[in-house]
Amino acid sequence: MSTTVLRAQNIIKYFTEPEKFQVLKGVEFEVMKGEFLSIIGKSGCGKSTLLYILSTMDTDYEGLLDIRGERLTGKTQNELAAFRNEHLGFVFQFHYLLPEFSALRNVMLPALKLGKYAPQEIEERAMDKLRLVDMHSFALKFASKLSGGQQQRVAIARALINDPDVIMCDEPTGNLDKANSQKVYEIFRRLTRENGQTIIAVTHDPDFANGCDRIIEMEDGKIVNASHTK
Amino acid sequence: MNWKLVFQIAVTHLFTKKRQSLVAMLGVTFGISMFIIMISFMTGVNQFLEDMAMDNTPHVRLYKPIEIHDRKIIAESNKDAKNWFVVTHQKPKNELPRIKNGFRIMQQIEAMPEVLGVAPQVATQVFFNNGPVQIPGNIAGVDVKKQAALFGLDKKMDFGDVYDLMKGSDVVIMGKGLAAKMGVKLGSRISITTPSGNNLSLKVVGIFSFGIATYDESRCYATIPTVQKILQKDPSYVTDLNIKLHDINNAVPFRLKLESIYKEVYFEDWEKANAGILAGDKIRNILTAVVCATLLTVAGFGIYNIMNMNIINKMKDIAILKATGFQGRDITGIFLMQSLMIGIAGGILGIGIGFFFSYLLSITPFPEATFFRIKTFPVNFLPIHYIAGLLFGFITTLFAGYFPSRRAAKIDPVQIIRG
Ligand SMILES: Nc1ncnc2c1ncn2[C@@H]1O[C@H](COP(=O)(O)OP(=O)(O)OP(=O)(O)O)[C@@H](O)[C@H]1O
Ligand SMILES: [Mg+2]
Repeated sequence: MSTTVLRAQNIIKYFTEPEKFQVLKGVEFEVMKGEFLSIIGKSGCGKSTLLYILSTMDTDYEGLLDIRGERLTGKTQNELAAFRNEHLGFVFQFHYLLPEFSALRNVMLPALKLGKYAPQEIEERAMDKLRLVDMHSFALKFASKLSGGQQQRVAIARALINDPDVIMCDEPTGNLDKANSQKVYEIFRRLTRENGQTIIAVTHDPDFANGCDRIIEMEDGKIVNASHTK
Repeated sequence: MNWKLVFQIAVTHLFTKKRQSLVAMLGVTFGISMFIIMISFMTGVNQFLEDMAMDNTPHVRLYKPIEIHDRKIIAESNKDAKNWFVVTHQKPKNELPRIKNGFRIMQQIEAMPEVLGVAPQVATQVFFNNGPVQIPGNIAGVDVKKQAALFGLDKKMDFGDVYDLMKGSDVVIMGKGLAAKMGVKLGSRISITTPSGNNLSLKVVGIFSFGIATYDESRCYATIPTVQKILQKDPSYVTDLNIKLHDINNAVPFRLKLESIYKEVYFEDWEKANAGILAGDKIRNILTAVVCATLLTVAGFGIYNIMNMNIINKMKDIAILKATGFQGRDITGIFLMQSLMIGIAGGILGIGIGFFFSYLLSITPFPEATFFRIKTFPVNFLPIHYIAGLLFGFITTLFAGYFPSRRAAKIDPVQIIRG
């Protein structure tokens, strides 16, 4: 049943500013379809850096990246943008929404860009996603007028809008209280179980991590431990 | 590319930064409205001066100048002699500026397809006697109907009617400035002295003004027979043929054509006669172009700056859009569209304001109306200027918006999102 949805081979990343130093030192792992994976590690060990590479936004690295069996290393920015739009969902470490648009509109934009459904249908779907994160009552509020945790939940709804195969989150519960963290966890859990979507989440929350299928632990740019929970 | 989506995002951006968008738009509006006002007024002035001059200027003039021939009579009558003949200070022959067969040439030229009409003229210099003072001037004998039809003489009358010239003999109409110098009113009699020394008395039946000092302060018009009588010439005596063409731009080639047919006489086209006016036209056109280009460039830089600022402010948004799947050209589209909307809105407002002020100018009384034949400022209302204004606004904003938009498209989202 389990097929590989993401494969990273020997990912190496340097930062040249202020001086050249190696952040990622040959990261290698695979993720299965429907897997709920968390990446943990000390602050500054390179988790976010790795996630930007996995999300195809950062193309300045060595090594190979395949998602859904497609070799993404070496593709052009525009090809990658189209790929992200359709197959990847992303929740940033800092909740980034477009401040001039309402919560609903923020969620709708990637779907409007994809153009798979009619705008009317997209709006309904966006409402559903907002309901999922309990933000539907704020749908018409401008993103700039939402609290940090509310923005983060809208960002999660946006990551889900195109039903991507892989959802990557950088500390998705960083700004949330216990109850809401639990809720996000349950949403992710259900997405992996019911829809076969894959979640890769960087987290500092031990409870969240322990609820995942697998935990990858990083230290100083390398994977030091990969263990299945339970 | 999803134009509708790009458009929606562009509109949202514009409306959330209302003041900034307004400032950018007003820059364009100012540029375009100034362009409309300038060009309407400048071309109006050009048109007015041209009309004023062209009204009385024949497109081609046919005349016979007085000249000194190279033939020496003394040499011709002593052909066999082996002597040198030295003639110091040769004088011209007592030859008249008469065009031989003038009226027949007139008929021939009138029959040509390019020609609107030919007005014959008998012109002579005279002295106008104002008591003991003699004022130099000239009298032109004209075919009144043709002069009215081709040169609008009937429309230049301040007092009296030009057709009164045909009702009596020994009657003239007089330039306004000359009449003022002479203290002459309608119905006054004046005394003139012809070049051959005859004194005559003429009656003034009208006063005209062209708004051109050289005419208004020295000229009288009369019928051809009257002037022929003053000069004691026969009815075939004519000194000028003033030709009007259907197409003024055809004047030079037509003059060359006439020159090849009629060798005995001389031709002058309006461009040569009015080189000064044409130069003035050119200078005004250049001035208009320079001022308008400057205004639009300034407006363009304004937009360029505002778009650049806009893009710097929107770095995060651009990064998010790109992270969620928007491509470089979508981003370019979003910002280029904002700039074009600013340009189009500013342009439309600009031509509206430009029209309004041009209209105000066109109903403003002209201060020198007593001298020029004009009541209000000359202003042209040509649709092409308004189309050009819109087009300039569009092109300027396209250029001003393009480079910042390209830059926006090149923003690397990771660098922004990483913080
Ligand atoms: N743009 C950058 N230029 C240079 N060095 C950077 C840059 N971004 C991050 N780094 C460095 O790379 C290392 C890894 O950073 P990264 O953001 O991946 O850490 P992280 O594991 O996500 O930490 P945290 O848990 O605090 O988010 C850090 O030492 C950081 O200082
Ligand atoms: Mg991080």
